Amino acid sequence: MTRKQKRLAVIAGGMSFIIIAVFLVMFAFSQSVAYFFMPGDLATANLQPGTRIRLGGLVEAGSVERGQGSTVRFTVTDGNATVPVSYTGILPDLFREGQGVVTEGSFDAATHAFVADSVLAKHDENYMPKEVADRLKKDGVWEDGTGKGMAPAKDGTDQQTKDKTGQVVGSTTP
Amino acid sequence: MIVEIGHFALVLALATAIIVSILPVVGVHRRDAGMMAVATTGSLVMFGLVALSFAALTWAYVVSDFSVKNVWENSHSLMPLIYKYSGVWGNHEGSMMLWLLILVFFSALVAIFGRNIPETLKANVLAVQAWISLAFLLFILLTSNPFIRLDPAPAEGQDLNPILQDFGLAIHPPLLYLGYVGFSVCFSFAVAALMEGRIDAAWARWVRPWTLAAWTFLTAGIAMGSYWAYYELGWGGWWFWDPVENASFMPWLAGTALLHSALVMEKREALKIWTVLLAIMTFSLSMLGTFLVRSGVLTSVHAFATDPSRGIFILCILAIFIGGAFMLFAWRAPTLKAGGLFAPISREGSLVLNNLILTVSTATVLTGTLYPLVLETLTGEKISVGAPFFNMTFGLLMLPLLIAVPFGPMLAWKRGDLYGAMQRLWVFAGLALLAGLLLWYVQNGGPILAIFGLAIGCWGMLGAVADLWYRGNFGKLPVMTSLRRLKGLPRSAWGTAIAHFGLGVTVIGIVAASAFNTEHVVEMKQGQTTDAGGYALTFDGFREAVGPNYTEERGHFTVRSGGAVVADVWSSKRLYTARRMPTTEAGILTFGLSQLYVSLGDPMDGGGIVVRIWWKPLILCIWGGCLIMMVGGFVSLSDRRLRVGAPSRKAKPVKAVMEPAE
Repeated sequence: MTRKQKRLAVIAGGMSFIIIAVFLVMFAFSQSVAYFFMPGDLATANLQPGTRIRLGGLVEAGSVERGQGSTVRFTVTDGNATVPVSYTGILPDLFREGQGVVTEGSFDAATHAFVADSVLAKHDENYMPKEVADRLKKDGVWEDGTGKGMAPAKDGTDQQTKDKTGQVVGSTTP
Repeated sequence: MIVEIGHFALVLALATAIIVSILPVVGVHRRDAGMMAVATTGSLVMFGLVALSFAALTWAYVVSDFSVKNVWENSHSLMPLIYKYSGVWGNHEGSMMLWLLILVFFSALVAIFGRNIPETLKANVLAVQAWISLAFLLFILLTSNPFIRLDPAPAEGQDLNPILQDFGLAIHPPLLYLGYVGFSVCFSFAVAALMEGRIDAAWARWVRPWTLAAWTFLTAGIAMGSYWAYYELGWGGWWFWDPVENASFMPWLAGTALLHSALVMEKREALKIWTVLLAIMTFSLSMLGTFLVRSGVLTSVHAFATDPSRGIFILCILAIFIGGAFMLFAWRAPTLKAGGLFAPISREGSLVLNNLILTVSTATVLTGTLYPLVLETLTGEKISVGAPFFNMTFGLLMLPLLIAVPFGPMLAWKRGDLYGAMQRLWVFAGLALLAGLLLWYVQNGGPILAIFGLAIGCWGMLGAVADLWYRGNFGKLPVMTSLRRLKGLPRSAWGTAIAHFGLGVTVIGIVAASAFNTEHVVEMKQGQTTDAGGYALTFDGFREAVGPNYTEERGHFTVRSGGAVVADVWSSKRLYTARRMPTTEAGILTFGLSQLYVSLGDPMDGGGIVVRIWWKPLILCIWGGCLIMMVGGFVSLSDRRLRVGAPSRKAKPVKAVMEPAE
């Protein structure tokens, strides 16, 4: 091979690796990306059962039901609609009724219940996952300040404090 | 008062940064040695001032001065002392201070150890460092000032986020930042070289130790962060492909590529333009990581608070530095002369392959990390790109690299002999396959693909052994002669072998922990026993305990193997009183390189509790391998060839090359 041919071969090899990578990325995006929905979106979403999605909202107060073993059922709501969710496993530390939650999983074809395989534990300091907070804020269901109020009040001495958004949060717990 | 001194020192540092940003560059232009020398003293002064400022903030934390807003928000008088120290960087403002401190620390190191770098280059490098410092000083003073006071001062602080109250966090950010920010030196060298329009092998020799040091610390920082997430979050996972993790992983990948391409440039003067580009890209990825983590576009443990003005500010810094550097590159790169030629099959060729795979993999990680953000900005649609995406793309793309690693050191510079390398390596390849099979068998089977994965890990390890074997010429020379030859090898050759060995160990850990990991989620009542990983765990009940700033319920488990008690493990649920925040403290038992991981869930109605038990075989290999890579980095760093400006250096073998051709 001449030097020119060699160089061509190297460039062709490099390019084909890059092309393979691009195809892999595109394929992986089509396979493994989960879209985010709130219960109210689902009526218009036309989802196939089995499609992986992320479902977010508030855990409806009084809806958490611990069955046999480690399966937990609860309802996710956004104020417009509700979706029953079942999940087997350990719920994150910050999972609470009335608090925001993001679950990932798919709708069961037979029962039409949402079967989650993960419940996300990531929250900001107001116990609110970002996706959920953004949407609830937009829909006017939830505001920054009330997030703090929803979290159990701080115990201990009476104090008046300012939270990060500058609002005054008084908490007096006996 | 001390806090005000800290604040004032920071403002003075800003003034110094402005001087160091301008004077040396002008000095280079006018060939004025005095003005160029300002860079050295100025960088040292800046380091002193920022260190003073940082010390003042630390002091406020240690004495729990709640009149400082930042301390009040993130500390508590009852917090153990070590977390008062680490709490300094456990929040947005403080971690930016740490970022800055490390940045000026590196500038000071360049100022001290760069004695035999040409005057003009050194002045420019330090000036570029000062530009970066200036930008971040402005950022801190204008949007994230940690020295703001509260009046009246609250009596008690709000406590540090409980999951950050951990020894792992105490050392993770400093290590990570030493790596992240260490790449700024490479960036500054690249920009300075482009400004001068001249670049040669000596340049690579100056840049390589900084790259190596930054890379080594980044390796340690990432490994530490991963282990922290593993034991502290209680999910049993060690890597989540979380955007924040990716933010630190991308500079690591690009830095690894830079480390290898700088080698080619140093030895053969080839790949010059590419190396400069990589140096710019690596630090750009570091800054992008800072933006992702600090701007609050991602919500996670790391985004302590969100404030849009900060995001926009960092985005501007990002645009100016990355955009500016790339423009400079586009303008100046064509004037750089291309270097040595080499055949595709050669040491250089193998390092080009390394660079190709690493940069393409970095690009896929970048795509996966940024795509959701871009999509949300453009269409408002929210998606999540998770582990399946990265496993499918990054995992597959890295495979050829892992297979190719042992070949690299076997090939000669300029023109290598692939067939010869294969002849030398086939025994080791066979051994690797056998070792893979053996490991698979010991773990009682599992997916067949795991044999392949384990064999690749063993291949990495044995490849490193083979490298040393042939360098020592074992089997041909008497053993003692070979050992002497090994002893005489340059430290950098040892560093390479050790780091490649560590890579193999990490791969084995990753494969074993994903293929043989077993998970049991069971409801247990007091006295019940369950099996996991060949051990029987009996739940003995709870005990209440009180820590300095939390209360906890500690579950006790007895672990038996074949009827005999081998260990007991405590796993607990904590409630941090100040924030009313619960955390899970997993109970972890180590058996050799494997671990039994017990995490508590919710109490059930019948008095039982949900317990999650993982058996994680060989998982310690993941971090053990990183540790070995780190050792490799340090060994290589101690090579006398790289200790360019080491003060104790006597011989100056490279002096002739390094003299500026003015």
